[in-house]
Amino acid sequence: MSRSHLRADLGVIADLIQPQEKVLDLGCGDGSLLRHLIDTKRIVGRGVELAEPKVLACVRNGVSVRQGDLHEELRDYPEHSFDTVILSYGLPYLNDPAFIVSNMLRVGRRAIVSFPNWGHWRCRLGLLVTGRMPTAPGDPQAWDEPPRARGMTIADFRSFCAAHNVRVTTATFLQGAQRVPDRFDTNLRATWAVFELR
Amino acid sequence: MSTTSTTGSVGIIETQSFTFAEDVPLALDSGETLGPITLAYETYGQLNADHSNAILICHALSGHAHAAGFNAPDEKDPGWWDDCIGPSKAFDTNKFFVICSNVIGGCKGSTGPMSINPQTGKPFGLSFPVVTIGDMVRAQTHLIDHLGIDRLLAVAGGSMGGMQVLEWAASYPDRVRAALPIATTARHSPMLIAFDEVGRQSIYADPHWNHGDYYDGPRPNAGLAVARMIGHITYLSEASMHLKFGRRLQERARFGYDFETDFAVEGYLRYKGNRFTERFDANSYLYVTKAMDYFDLSDERGSLIGAFANSQDLIYLVVSFTSDWLYPPYHSKELVSALSAIGADVSYLNIQSTWGHDAFLLEVETMTDLLSSFLDRLMQRFEIGVSR
Repeated sequence: MSRSHLRADLGVIADLIQPQEKVLDLGCGDGSLLRHLIDTKRIVGRGVELAEPKVLACVRNGVSVRQGDLHEELRDYPEHSFDTVILSYGLPYLNDPAFIVSNMLRVGRRAIVSFPNWGHWRCRLGLLVTGRMPTAPGDPQAWDEPPRARGMTIADFRSFCAAHNVRVTTATFLQGAQRVPDRFDTNLRATWAVFELR
Repeated sequence: MSTTSTTGSVGIIETQSFTFAEDVPLALDSGETLGPITLAYETYGQLNADHSNAILICHALSGHAHAAGFNAPDEKDPGWWDDCIGPSKAFDTNKFFVICSNVIGGCKGSTGPMSINPQTGKPFGLSFPVVTIGDMVRAQTHLIDHLGIDRLLAVAGGSMGGMQVLEWAASYPDRVRAALPIATTARHSPMLIAFDEVGRQSIYADPHWNHGDYYDGPRPNAGLAVARMIGHITYLSEASMHLKFGRRLQERARFGYDFETDFAVEGYLRYKGNRFTERFDANSYLYVTKAMDYFDLSDERGSLIGAFANSQDLIYLVVSFTSDWLYPPYHSKELVSALSAIGADVSYLNIQSTWGHDAFLLEVETMTDLLSSFLDRLMQRFEIGVSR
């Protein structure tokens, strides 16, 4: 699969991965990212995914995948058994993000997370003008559609990291598919964020 | 549910047999020895030039070597896993050389309690040594040697077949590349032992059983049939029994207020129980259930990690079924946790199904999708050539 087929944040994540790394992808969907990394960077990949159809899609993609809930499955892996643990667009859906992020950093030498930024000006303006809860940038999922998500912003995540002593080593911000520099108004301008954590 | 059709059939297959341990008997886990030993087996597809495309299929409690195709043109039913073994099926015989062997202790052509003891010239009966899953697999390694296969591409099986798969992975990691344990456990639970014991007790209670010495008289069919009925209940689920039978009556419009067959489910169990006595030996039932009951790969602390300590380089596909209460999904999850902890490449799917333990033979569509994709990955990973 060529990079242009990947969601923009997954492209950013792929660029952060070094050849032949051992990578764990949490909530790996149909395994597209792992497949891409296996083909382009010869990584050793493992995925965890909850939904049966997606697990089957992973196996069809030739990706090693376990069906299960992250809150349970992450406990099995020994300390630093992966170079990188990825959680793309998972944080808003987790019951216990602090548990997951701390375990990602236990299991991996580093963690990479990506999420849409509900702090984007359109989200803010939408709520102000229409009085309706904003959907995530680039994802029209309504508030009542399963699985339920809890919106979050870049500012929220930065303060979460500070509160849990998680070090941010790289942060990449996207406006649609374009990368934008980190400025004082990033939380207004960026639609997506990718954080590398240690 | 079923996709059996003659177009995907391996066709007419002859069951073969291989005899070994004629000079040096096989040492068994019990400390006893057994020899000579005959294994009945069938093969489907072609072994490729470098003998790298062989897949061993292990059968369940009441299974046999006849896994696919027909032994005779007029045979009514094909082999027990014909839905999954054949051209363009999950175990695609256009790509793979598929082997299925009957276990020792069995009664379908392999050495077991029904076989003639060469020392006495009479059937072994209870003088046959107690065998384990480990012994069954040790015997299979001799068959694999005989077939000229150094390393199997995969070992696959459901239920007791899955236990043999795990035994292969744990004990012979350098002789197998991938393991596919399906609807199984790494440790027979007390509940499973309990069901097996009730089955055995019903055989012991049959007056024809005669401590296993019945081969020249009437057989303990009533006891064996009850054992099989208990088995069948555990292979279904409450939901599948509702679907299959409900409270429907069997060939009568209202309750009989007698002890003939009222309910469809009773008719089913009686039929299955009686049919089983035509094809299975009661003593084999005792031996094979005992082998399952002894099966436990965990250490004294209950951990499975030690058993697979040298097996982390295998590629695993673990499959369970949501409604399987005999080998519940958490047994498979426990196995997947241990394999993950040692860093093995393990894939796991808990397939949504209402069919209980039997699902591993019935969920053909999902299984075909899953198994064929997984096996394709193995072919690419190990650059397996096809002999054509």
